[in-house]
Amino acid sequence: MHERPIVYLDTAATALTPRIVIESMQRYYETYHSNVHRAVYVTAAEATEAYEAARLAIGRFIGAPHPADELIFTHGTTESFNLLAKSWGRANLTSSDVVVLTEMEHHANLVPWFQLRDEIGIEIRFIKVTDDFRLDLSNLDELLRGAKLLSVTGMSNVLGTINPIAELAAAAHAAGALIAVDGAQSVAHGVTNVAGLDIDFLAFGAHKMMGPTGIGALWVRRSILDSMPPFLGGGGMIADVSLNGFSAADGIAKYEAGTPPIAEAIGFHTAVHYLESLGMEDIAAYEHELTASLLNQLATQFPERIRVIGPTTMEMRGGVVSFDVEGVHPHDVAQVLDQFGVCVRPGHHCAKPLMKRFSLAATARASFGPYSNESDIEMLMTALDDAVRLFG
Amino acid sequence: MSNLEDLYREIILDHYRNPRNRGELVTPPAHKAEGFNPLCGDEITVYLQVENDTLVDIKIAGHGCSISQSSASLMTAAVKGKSLETVRGTIDTFKQLMTVHESSLDTEVDPEPVNLRALGELAALQGVVKFPVRIKCATLAWNTLTQGLSDLA
Repeated sequence: MHERPIVYLDTAATALTPRIVIESMQRYYETYHSNVHRAVYVTAAEATEAYEAARLAIGRFIGAPHPADELIFTHGTTESFNLLAKSWGRANLTSSDVVVLTEMEHHANLVPWFQLRDEIGIEIRFIKVTDDFRLDLSNLDELLRGAKLLSVTGMSNVLGTINPIAELAAAAHAAGALIAVDGAQSVAHGVTNVAGLDIDFLAFGAHKMMGPTGIGALWVRRSILDSMPPFLGGGGMIADVSLNGFSAADGIAKYEAGTPPIAEAIGFHTAVHYLESLGMEDIAAYEHELTASLLNQLATQFPERIRVIGPTTMEMRGGVVSFDVEGVHPHDVAQVLDQFGVCVRPGHHCAKPLMKRFSLAATARASFGPYSNESDIEMLMTALDDAVRLFG
Repeated sequence: MSNLEDLYREIILDHYRNPRNRGELVTPPAHKAEGFNPLCGDEITVYLQVENDTLVDIKIAGHGCSISQSSASLMTAAVKGKSLETVRGTIDTFKQLMTVHESSLDTEVDPEPVNLRALGELAALQGVVKFPVRIKCATLAWNTLTQGLSDLA
């Protein structure tokens, strides 16, 4: 379709997939495609082993102390939050309870809580975002007073802001609340250690980590699982079923109804292995450098014309750069960039409340992955120059 | 490969920079219809003043990209002061123009030729069909106008 090479700057939407990830899934389909946790024949055993090995590896990748018993596979970050709200939320919250969110959350960490509020009438409070694109923690203790849960993103998919999770976890726990973290943007771009951060839930998805679409995970601190009833009902999540009803399976099996995404779990495992081979600290440092370079070039070349919607200093900041080109709608910016093969994302990024906070309908967003480089930035700058020229 | 010049014609950029019939009308007597493009966050409000089966006034409020804004502006210029029958005819012709015919993308032959002359300046938007993602931008105002007219019927 495209005659020009692709300059992919949309990793925050979905990361490109390394060949070894695709090959690992292909190997499953070609040589040991079987269902898991069911049959006794050899390929079924292999598939089950590969599926559970993925759980262990992905759990270890995020520093889970008991990966086999704590990491629930889901269809992605969105389903992870729905599981959290519908299983833990329904069982542990009542109309007098409070959940604290932030103004910079993705719709995936907003709508499930709004649905729960519609259903059982919880109170939702919001941590505000400051004019310099950080969480306003000045009244954190007040917001957390009486709260049962703080659910917050590790890194904003719009602003690139990295939030102080360890500090927030300590504050939540001091107030008697649990803390859930949206790791969709943060997990593939730096070291994540749930034990070190002392958090209670972590939601994340494979396709933003160079893995396949259709799979993600919710990590839950083991001691909390007892208070979480099953989520979806069906095969695989039961201990027994009769015409009188069912009893749920023990452990995390009760959250994984139906045939899971097996090939995707295997691909997810390979992706995590690939990221580890690059080194999470090295990835963070490399993307840090690219981001600093882009911010610097935008400020130098378009000081009057382009406003970055996010921190312009590199402290606690990741490789997601949203910007507003004065007089040019983000859709038009992205259209001109596409002519140069440059892929950026225009739109509200599934964070409409945040857009409203900064009186914007949309932004254009460039985001980096480990495969990004300086020549991508160079092409982006050339294409932006053209966009600015075209629209005058 | 589609060229940007097909999309961003001078007329389109002119209507984007200097939108016609922008503003609001008092409701009632005017009627108002709202349209959204949930994918990109574009929002448009069309104000209609209909008297004796004639669209005597139309105003546009809201925000969006150059394609949605210029299409809205061109639309107001095309339908203002016209009989409702003529307005409906223009809407139909425009929507026909925005219908993608896969086979026609690379050739100049259109299986169902649209009367471009009848569209006047609106014909400048025909390049949009070469960028299928943007068709929704171009049709937002028109769908909102259609909604407004059917509210009144």
